[in-house]
Amino acid sequence: MDTVQLTIDNKPLVVKKGATILEAAKSIGVHIPTLCHMKLDDMNIENKPGGCRVCVVEVEGRRNLAPACCTEVADGMVVHSHSIRAINARRTVVELILSDHPADCLICAKSGNCELQDMAHHLGIREIHYKGEQSTYREDTSPAIIRDVDKCIMCRRCEMMCNEVQTVGVLSAINRGFNSVVSPAFEMNLDHSVCTYCGQCVAVCPTGALTEVNQTNNVVRALSDPSKTVIVQTAPAVRAALGEEFGMEPGTLVTGKLVSALRSLGFDKVFDTDFAADLTIMEEGTELLNRLTKFLEGDKDVQLPILTSCCPAWVKFFEHQFPQLKDIPSTARSPQQMFGSIAKTYFAEKMGIKREDLVVVSIMPCVAKKYECGRDEFKVDGNPDVDYALTTRELASLIKLANINFSRLSNEDFDQPLGESTGAGVIFGTTGGVIEAAVRTAYELYTKKPLPKIDFNELRGMEGIRQATIDFDGFPINIGIAHGLGNARELLNRITAGESNFHAIEIMSCPGGCIGGGGQPYHHGNVDILKKRQMAIYQEDGNKKIRKSHENPYIIQLYEEFLGKPMSEKAHQLLHTEYFDRT
Amino acid sequence: MTDYKMHLLICGGTGCKAAESDEIKKSLKNWIDELGLEDDAQVVFTGCFGFCEKGPIVKVMPDNTFYVNVKPDDAEEIVKEHLLKGRPVQRLLYTDPVSKKAISDSKGMNFYKKQLRIALRNCGFINPESIDEYISRDGYMALGKCLGELTPDETIKEIKDSGLRGRGGGGFPTGLKWEITRNVESDEKYVVCNADEGDPGAFMDRSILEGDPHSVIEAMAICGYCIGAENGLVYIRAEYPLAIERLKIALNQAREYGLLGEDILGTGFNFEIDIRLGAGAFVCGEETALIHSMEGLRGEPTFKPPFPSVSGYLGKPTNVNNVETFANIPVILNKGASWFSKIGTEKSKGTKVFALAGKINNVGLIEVPMGTTLREVIYDIGGGIKDGKEFKSVQTGGPSGGCLTKDFLDTPIDYDNLIKAGSMMGSGGMIVMDEDDCMVSIAKFYLEFTLEESCGKCSPCRIGNKRLHEILENITNGNGKEEDLERLKLLSNVIKDTSLCGLGQSSPNPVLSTILNFEDEYLAHVNEGKCPAGQCKALLKYEIIEDLCTGCTLCFRNCPVGAITGERRQPHYIDQSLCIKCGVCYEKCKFNAIRLS
Repeated sequence: MDTVQLTIDNKPLVVKKGATILEAAKSIGVHIPTLCHMKLDDMNIENKPGGCRVCVVEVEGRRNLAPACCTEVADGMVVHSHSIRAINARRTVVELILSDHPADCLICAKSGNCELQDMAHHLGIREIHYKGEQSTYREDTSPAIIRDVDKCIMCRRCEMMCNEVQTVGVLSAINRGFNSVVSPAFEMNLDHSVCTYCGQCVAVCPTGALTEVNQTNNVVRALSDPSKTVIVQTAPAVRAALGEEFGMEPGTLVTGKLVSALRSLGFDKVFDTDFAADLTIMEEGTELLNRLTKFLEGDKDVQLPILTSCCPAWVKFFEHQFPQLKDIPSTARSPQQMFGSIAKTYFAEKMGIKREDLVVVSIMPCVAKKYECGRDEFKVDGNPDVDYALTTRELASLIKLANINFSRLSNEDFDQPLGESTGAGVIFGTTGGVIEAAVRTAYELYTKKPLPKIDFNELRGMEGIRQATIDFDGFPINIGIAHGLGNARELLNRITAGESNFHAIEIMSCPGGCIGGGGQPYHHGNVDILKKRQMAIYQEDGNKKIRKSHENPYIIQLYEEFLGKPMSEKAHQLLHTEYFDRT
Repeated sequence: MTDYKMHLLICGGTGCKAAESDEIKKSLKNWIDELGLEDDAQVVFTGCFGFCEKGPIVKVMPDNTFYVNVKPDDAEEIVKEHLLKGRPVQRLLYTDPVSKKAISDSKGMNFYKKQLRIALRNCGFINPESIDEYISRDGYMALGKCLGELTPDETIKEIKDSGLRGRGGGGFPTGLKWEITRNVESDEKYVVCNADEGDPGAFMDRSILEGDPHSVIEAMAICGYCIGAENGLVYIRAEYPLAIERLKIALNQAREYGLLGEDILGTGFNFEIDIRLGAGAFVCGEETALIHSMEGLRGEPTFKPPFPSVSGYLGKPTNVNNVETFANIPVILNKGASWFSKIGTEKSKGTKVFALAGKINNVGLIEVPMGTTLREVIYDIGGGIKDGKEFKSVQTGGPSGGCLTKDFLDTPIDYDNLIKAGSMMGSGGMIVMDEDDCMVSIAKFYLEFTLEESCGKCSPCRIGNKRLHEILENITNGNGKEEDLERLKLLSNVIKDTSLCGLGQSSPNPVLSTILNFEDEYLAHVNEGKCPAGQCKALLKYEIIEDLCTGCTLCFRNCPVGAITGERRQPHYIDQSLCIKCGVCYEKCKFNAIRLS
């Protein structure tokens, strides 16, 4: 391999050709500060506009300063990352950015998690020498995301996520000069756009310009209302990430503490979305088998491949972008909505609570779930199946608000009956998990034989598009997996072009699946965090005694007592949905 | 041009068209028809003559009679007197401002004497809508020569030997650029002509495309042959409708003549040119921004490398040259590199076109050999400062050039000297300022332009220029402090040092050069609250001189805000707290009793 010799801050080093100064410096422990740059290694996600100019360094013999993030190293290059010229320029640039920023850090939703705030601290900025006009824009509130673009620093990370990774194309830079800002076209509101609310813009925004709609106060109010019974469900990916908000190592599983914290907060019942994930598998797996059986019987009209439908951003994506394919996805509702539906019927009846007196709160790694629970088809007489969806981050702030010392909490168990789950339900939290859970059940239902193995490593990983063929006792089932909507688009294009021979495809909007969701603790561009969360999910699966959804005793009980069988009329009414052409 | 005895060339450039040259043409034609001269005399629209100050211009050939400031009503006299009777119309001739003598032949005018027109060689001579006229002046000869006699490498060598450097502002050696693009392996390459001329007041490229579009088309085809491209694109701003129209006509003619398209001149070489319209963003003159704009993306620059020569339009190797650069190519190949390289200075060969503007007598478009001094341009060609005022400064290089003082008047103009002097060549804007210009306001004016035209991508340019402008605004409003000067310098240097593209890297130049060269003026603003040039309204005071005031009440009656009080026949008084400094009283007073201080 070709290498290059250079000197950074008087330290000679050898790096591979094509590396940037930033990468080279990192390899010898020199941390050059960056603001707009963000790279998720191994996921092919990089934002490198060279726009913020914070990473400028002095290169001997060069007329002007060089941005370390996009300048390639060259043989004999002599770099000074902390010369007075570089430091002065870096501080001036950050002062300029701050001079066009509201600087309401004390009350900003992003305080403590803001990369601009960190940068000002890192550079020791104690005075802003430049004062003048500040950009003012109207705040844009949608069902899930708030845009407060006065705080936008034009790093373009959201734009890169929205356009290159998700191919949704809602956010882009508009206007010129001092008035440039990232916005939907014609400054329309997000809720008038084709935004899917995947929240990846929120996940990467370095400042408080993009945040989720905060519903913690609504939950506090519900909890303090004695006339309400408030129950909570918590999604699989939350337990693999919540600990980070309390200083724990990424990948620390905090299931027991999570339950304990929710109970301390005053929820009357603490349930698990994983239970509903098992239910989803029963419905979706059955739907898959029905379609496959029809297909094998020679039915030419059967819609294959079947696509998963657990991810609300993905649902909105195909409703906008591929309405012609709206008959292909499974009609099964997402676990969040199945839970809400069962809670406000089966559970409410069982407990003798009136629907309007039951409040269902969900804790989700996702911001799109806020939008999903507000969709009209998930309401009965205006009363939603799920009342409030909080993100992992909102839950963390609620726990702090309630003076709960999270790390000292003991481990507690979920309540029954909606708290029992299998390992299959847990792995919904990562890319590949839903389809692996479905395979575990569909295999046994189809072949009537026990699975020879439970771990399907061929379905796991972080590659954007994966495919595998699973042998259903002589019948090869072709599986596709995509995470990130750009990858989903590619698979959908293959289907539209008739080039697909998949029987089933799992799609998750967020890179990494729900562990990388827009409502999770901020990863700040560190892909290792996502990988550790993924490992934690599989670890939780491995710890479970029951790892196949159809073996969940409470699921079996639910069908016996209430639903009858999968895809029954009642199941259809409560657990399935329809899709709309939103073009 | 063989059948007619006489040709009447009328400037058909945008400027003269705005001054009714269409009407003049119609009127001349009518009188020619009326008097039965239609077989003897032809009226032709040409490109810009350059002497815009005196436009519209009508030139009668073969007499070489140069009529200035012609109006539609003058047509009758020109036809009846000159065409019919052979007597030039004396009153329409140019009068030399010094000798006061009428000059009939443009060669005798100072405006043209020191010019050498290479890029503008056909502007004002041929009908830009006629390919035959272009061909009659050796047009497409260079293309034929390249395709027939020279290999691409030999052609590139000739361009390299000529010493031609990019006329868009960067001054990169053109031949070297072609060679780099040629040496990149690719299935597809592009030739791009940058016609996104955006400097305020500059119209070099527009005039070439309006006056001699074929020279650009020919050069682009030659470039395509050299680098191995079959497709060319002209990126031109949509505000140039006439240039676009003439370019379209020229492209169609070239296609008809087999000089564009497949198998050009039977050599197997294919080349086609398309037009891409820009929406008029200054930053799209930067080549990466230009390419993104052509691709349908936001017009903003990206980091180089990769350079367009390696990865440009649609990711393919792309050679981007400016209009004026291209216009030089056919002549160089026809007359030879050694001819061209004899013109100019050691490191800057050939000529440069400038758009001369500001407080100068002869506003217009000029082309001079590199090495001509600023003094020659301003005083000989430009005819000196308007209204006999004192020269103060000249700004070269467009909105981000520097403002030079009279100490630099004897600087020979070339790329390196202008940079050494603290300015730059840019694409050829040249604006002259006199004693009445406030240099703080001038710096503010240019900054206003760049801050509007910044794409907003990088923070120092997006926010830094805004802050520079605000500090200048404070100074011109009388709220400046002496330490603002240090702040301006510090911030300017950081913006230059950290900005992503040439726009930000040069936008503080007017600020830095005016502080360097006119520090006294800044100090007068911040320390004494005075604007020496009397331009900064906030620092001005209108006062009534008691001794001269007759109490006629004219000022009192005209003041729009009632700031003036006084009894009839008694001296009046201006209440400074009410005065909005509109200057009406000053204009109305018949007794010079109002003073500006």
